[in-house]
Amino acid sequence: MVGIAGYGAYIPRNRIKLETIAEVWGADAEAYRRGLVMYEKSVPSPDQDVITMTVEASRDALRRAGIEGREIGAVYVGSESHPYAVKPSGTVVAEAIGATPAVHVADFEFACKAGTEAMFVAMSHVKAGEMRFALASGADTSQGAPGDALEYSASAGSAAFVLGTEKLVAECLHTYSFCTDTPDFWRREYQFYPSHGGRFTGEPAYFKHVLGCARALMELAGMRPADFAHCVFHQPNGKFPMTAAKKLGFSDEQHRTGLLTPWLGNTYSGASPIGLTAILDIAKPGDLIFMVSYGSGAGSDGFVWRCTERLPEVQALCRQTRPQLDENKVYLSYGQYAKYREKIKRAH
Amino acid sequence: MRDVAVIGIGIQRWGELWERSLRDLFVEAALNAIRDAGVERIDSMYVGCMSPGLFIGQEHLGSLLADYLGVCPIPALRVESACASGGMAVRAGFIEVASGLSDIVLVGGVEKMTDVSSGGATYALATAADAEYEVYQGATFPGLYAMVARDYMRRYGLTREQLAQVAVKNHDNGALNPHAQFPSKLSLEAVMTSTMVADPLRLMDCSPITDGAAVAILCPLNMANELSKQPPVKISGVGAATDHIALHDRKDFCEFSATVAACERAYKMAGVGPEQIDFAEVHDCFTIAELCVIEALGFFPRGTAGQATWAGETARTGKKPINTSGGLKSKGHPVGATGVGQIHELVTQLRGAAGARQVPGVKRGLAQNMGGSGGSTVVHILEVV
Repeated sequence: MVGIAGYGAYIPRNRIKLETIAEVWGADAEAYRRGLVMYEKSVPSPDQDVITMTVEASRDALRRAGIEGREIGAVYVGSESHPYAVKPSGTVVAEAIGATPAVHVADFEFACKAGTEAMFVAMSHVKAGEMRFALASGADTSQGAPGDALEYSASAGSAAFVLGTEKLVAECLHTYSFCTDTPDFWRREYQFYPSHGGRFTGEPAYFKHVLGCARALMELAGMRPADFAHCVFHQPNGKFPMTAAKKLGFSDEQHRTGLLTPWLGNTYSGASPIGLTAILDIAKPGDLIFMVSYGSGAGSDGFVWRCTERLPEVQALCRQTRPQLDENKVYLSYGQYAKYREKIKRAH
Repeated sequence: MRDVAVIGIGIQRWGELWERSLRDLFVEAALNAIRDAGVERIDSMYVGCMSPGLFIGQEHLGSLLADYLGVCPIPALRVESACASGGMAVRAGFIEVASGLSDIVLVGGVEKMTDVSSGGATYALATAADAEYEVYQGATFPGLYAMVARDYMRRYGLTREQLAQVAVKNHDNGALNPHAQFPSKLSLEAVMTSTMVADPLRLMDCSPITDGAAVAILCPLNMANELSKQPPVKISGVGAATDHIALHDRKDFCEFSATVAACERAYKMAGVGPEQIDFAEVHDCFTIAELCVIEALGFFPRGTAGQATWAGETARTGKKPINTSGGLKSKGHPVGATGVGQIHELVTQLRGAAGARQVPGVKRGLAQNMGGSGGSTVVHILEVV
């Protein structure tokens, strides 16, 4: 059996409220809150990026797995906001966690699906017996153009997982991937902000792939929504995953723990992976978890996880996800936010 | 002049039709209309479309659509009069049949609006206003109609609730229309608390951006029974008119003069007055437009349409049902198709085929379709034979 041996998440302390953004643009904050089902989002500090957040999350994942960096055979970092266009994020992460030099490193990019993509590939290596452990992460510090709808949701966070065949806290029972050529969201070279197709990102993009993947995975597994203790979906806002969960027949109870976007924002490649860490923090042995990611372009990866007897031993071993979201927050003004996100630059 | 009848109608469910292009939409509606009429040939066609050039980068629609419908080499012409393009295409087809030039004429309307961003759609739609004197100064259609609404409120004491009731009523009807883009009921509160667009107009006062097409088949009334099994619906009155294109040149913001002039001509041709109209489809691009238009058509005295709407007189069960299809607000507003969509609703009602939204016993209906802020208007009166 293959699965997750250790996990970790990192969420920056900074937050900005939707009202703070709406006020600047003269927008209707209440309409955004209602339309997106979102209240605030995380913001990385000026010295934080995908690499630093992934190192934070990876260290916790190693600690929960109870292994050293050098036991890792692969480091895969999934993101659409890698700090460099050319030069891997993964090498820095691998070096920082002590996995170098006997390690296979790669950066993944598939819009918001890069994190689960990394998990999928990492798991294949350990399943094939190529290595004992592989580390996969999903992280982003994505940006929405000033005033664009995305500015209200694009946030920052990271999740990392040690995949293996031993010391498992959650076994992977089934996987399924669903992919088509659907141009709903993109960023070309030299563009600072991504472009998107407005409402085209909904029905023909997010829902077609998430629901398509979920239904096929459910059929493959021979399971029904009632079999699962928890579910988690890609969450670009609060509304989409709630609608997807409802359409598939999941209850609020099953969906609640993994839904972080209303207070976290959209962490892109980190979205469903961080949601999974919040579930693992509280899940019980034997619990089944249903997970479907989504990346624009477009595709979804689906996983069925089953928690093991080892999970409770590691849950409190390091910082948990929900407290990072609820505690120790620093609220930013739009001016601070604009500076942190390099929307305005200091003249020298 | 020969009498003209509608013997076939075709449409599809309107909405954000991501997987269908302009030509797909038109051909689908046209084939539905041809099948509905049961005709085996088309002699000529007119297509209303406001701005394919800006929306999808395509002009020369007559040829394109005749080609994709498989009816070359018949003559085919695109008709443009902003949001009244569809109604004007019907009028052009009427003239061709009435004149004796052609017997079976296909008149359609189509618009594919969702391939551009909402900013792109706003830009394309704004070209229906006076570019130099309105658009370059920053005016948009919500802004122009908001000025009309403010003026109307100031002069006639129209309340926000009365204005909102137009949208509530149209959604009540649209909820029963299988072709509507937003076939859902809308509460007064939802209208009153929707996002402000241009004070006093909120989002739910505005018609949406829509993809869609609608088509009707016309022929001489005296050939209708021989060409089609459908009960013919006679076009008994046609009227079109223009007004100053820019709002600031009008003597009276709340009087839609082109609609007044167009309906006078149509009433005269049909030999009827507003009181003989059983129901009407009107151009509710914004809630305020419906109120001004039903006054211009003579259905209600000036300044009273808001109270009449609030009192339910324009509801499906009222004395003058308005927009039984759901109107532009609920059914959708694919600009070039809208005027033909109205004809589709009139014929459906007059055939007694409107299902749950059928108004019982209707014999005569009116369609009013206008461009821009009322710079052009076309009115048709249809009746059972």
